[in-house]
Amino acid sequence: MKGNEAIAEAAIRAGCRFYAGYPITPQNELCEYMARRMPEAGGTFIQSESEIAAINMVYGAGSAGARAMTSSSSPGISLKQEGISYLAGAEVPGVIVNMVRGGPGLGSIQPAQSDYFQATRGGGHGDYRTIVLGPGGIQEAVELTMLAFDLADRYRNPVVVLGDGMMGQMMEPVRFPEGPPPSLSPKPWATTGTPGRDRPNIINSLYIEAEACERHNQHLLQKYREMELREVRYELVDPEAEYFLVAYGTSSRICRAAMARAVADGLRVGMVRPITLWPFPRAAIERVVGRARAFLTVEMSAGQMVEDVRLAVEGRRPVYFFGRTGGAVPTPQEVMDCLKMIREGRGGEW
Amino acid sequence: MQRIFSRPQALTGVPFHYCPGCPHGIVHRLVAECLDEQGVRERAVGIAPVGCAVFAYNYFNCDMIQAAHGRAPAVATGVKRSRPDAVVFTYQGDGDLAAIGTAEIIHAATRGERITVVFINNAIYGMTGGQMAPTTLVGQETTTTPRGRDASYHGHPVRIPEMLALLDGAAYVARVSVHAPGHVNRARRALRRAFEVQLSNQGFSLVEVVSSCPTNWGMTPVEALRWVEQHMLPYYRLGEFKVPGHGEA
Ligand SMILES: Cc1ncc(C[n+]2csc(CCOP(=O)(O)OP(=O)(O)O)c2C)c(N)n1
Ligand code: SF4
Repeated sequence: MKGNEAIAEAAIRAGCRFYAGYPITPQNELCEYMARRMPEAGGTFIQSESEIAAINMVYGAGSAGARAMTSSSSPGISLKQEGISYLAGAEVPGVIVNMVRGGPGLGSIQPAQSDYFQATRGGGHGDYRTIVLGPGGIQEAVELTMLAFDLADRYRNPVVVLGDGMMGQMMEPVRFPEGPPPSLSPKPWATTGTPGRDRPNIINSLYIEAEACERHNQHLLQKYREMELREVRYELVDPEAEYFLVAYGTSSRICRAAMARAVADGLRVGMVRPITLWPFPRAAIERVVGRARAFLTVEMSAGQMVEDVRLAVEGRRPVYFFGRTGGAVPTPQEVMDCLKMIREGRGGEW
Repeated sequence: MQRIFSRPQALTGVPFHYCPGCPHGIVHRLVAECLDEQGVRERAVGIAPVGCAVFAYNYFNCDMIQAAHGRAPAVATGVKRSRPDAVVFTYQGDGDLAAIGTAEIIHAATRGERITVVFINNAIYGMTGGQMAPTTLVGQETTTTPRGRDASYHGHPVRIPEMLALLDGAAYVARVSVHAPGHVNRARRALRRAFEVQLSNQGFSLVEVVSSCPTNWGMTPVEALRWVEQHMLPYYRLGEFKVPGHGEA
């Protein structure tokens, strides 16, 4: 199945019954798949007038207790930031899929990872975080999409699935979990009308007094700490290696190909693959930093996740970076060349 | 003793924060009375705007959501589509609905969303301190039109119901005023009708209420009501612009 379609199907199987989106390449198949399938599943598909409207529809549907999702690609996600901040502030669950493309501005329609900062730092205004899941393949995209809905509900927080144009367009065999859709736990906080309740529910992110707003921020912060404790996910390939690549999503696939070649060159190369980009898996770095000679972060960006890698390494080992931007995809050979230069002591930033 | 007047069930007891003489309170009451009359308070989900009415969620005794500036119609769409049995209304000012939220209101109307929009036109941005709104009249002084709105420089005031009445998805569109008791009664009837249209699943409904903002207009409440009558109503014509079954009026 194509990545975009697999994510859409996974969402429906996870109980998503509301989808609003606005066309943008390279995620259109997701929108189109929802248009076909959502009515069959007894849900709602809306092609909204803008990304701003779509995320606010998700805010409404999520407030009313539905599992709700929207998807887009970079420029559209910029527009959704207003709504994502409101979801976070008002503690409304929702899933946002970003099939990242080259930027800034209108950029290109080719795959990129240049929205990492935006996704992992909040992106919109205010002190907030979203859990960010970066699938490394279509099967994992299915699993993480389903997980995204559970996490969104569990924490009453927006969850981002961060793919890229390649992930959306490529095809791989996928297996969906068997069985009926999950029975969702009740949401007594939702604005569903008040029968059986003596007090109305209010969904709100306004705390007009500084102290009240700070208390609310402290409460959110506590939630984010809990996510950092409980929701870190990563893959560690060859923990006994000498050199470690750090990469997620599409670049992790390129790194895998590079690793295979490295063996032939007598280099032992492992990989740290973050699956949750936020919370960032510092623990994975911690596990190997003692024996690693160096880290090479590979991204389809000018260097964003590398900052998290450096923060985790804390200067104990050299951290190098290789990236391509604007929709250009690094090749395994380029990664290999970097590794060789690092081994020869000629490593720098590329 | 017979009780002849009391607070509607659909209002909480929280005292309004509005300025003295501000019509927001009257309109809140009318909306609440409609919810009571039609017995839908328990099914109601209201969407509060950004603007002076941002605290509406504290006043309406039903489930409430506070939306981002201008986005209430999109939020209402998400609620209504997820809970078709809910009676969903938004309460929005002119800055909220006719400036930053123009796209959302037009498209909710054109989709024929089964929601009811209460649109307060006080010709100014109240909450942020009296800047020009899309509905500010030509010649009207505001903090951002200190020499009065000049159409050739600032553009023309926008008439929302007239625009929305052109859209097929809009079922009921009206403009009322609350500057005098007779008008308050007419406003109540229009709001009731708007909710009926939603309840009978006929499409989108909107009632614009011509309002005042004594504080930012720099007038006493009574002067402000007189100004509504003399200056607002000639430009913002009252009436029903679209009613179900009759097309555009
Ligand atoms: C995105 C965004 N832009 C601007 C504001 C600031 N703001 C708050 S209220 C308001 C104007 C509201 O005016 P109106 O909708 O006419 O309502 P009123 O206050 O007059 O009742 C503005 C611009 C905001 N909160 N969010
Ligand atoms: S500022 Fe104007 S609109 Fe706002 S509460 Fe005061 S009088 Fe009413």
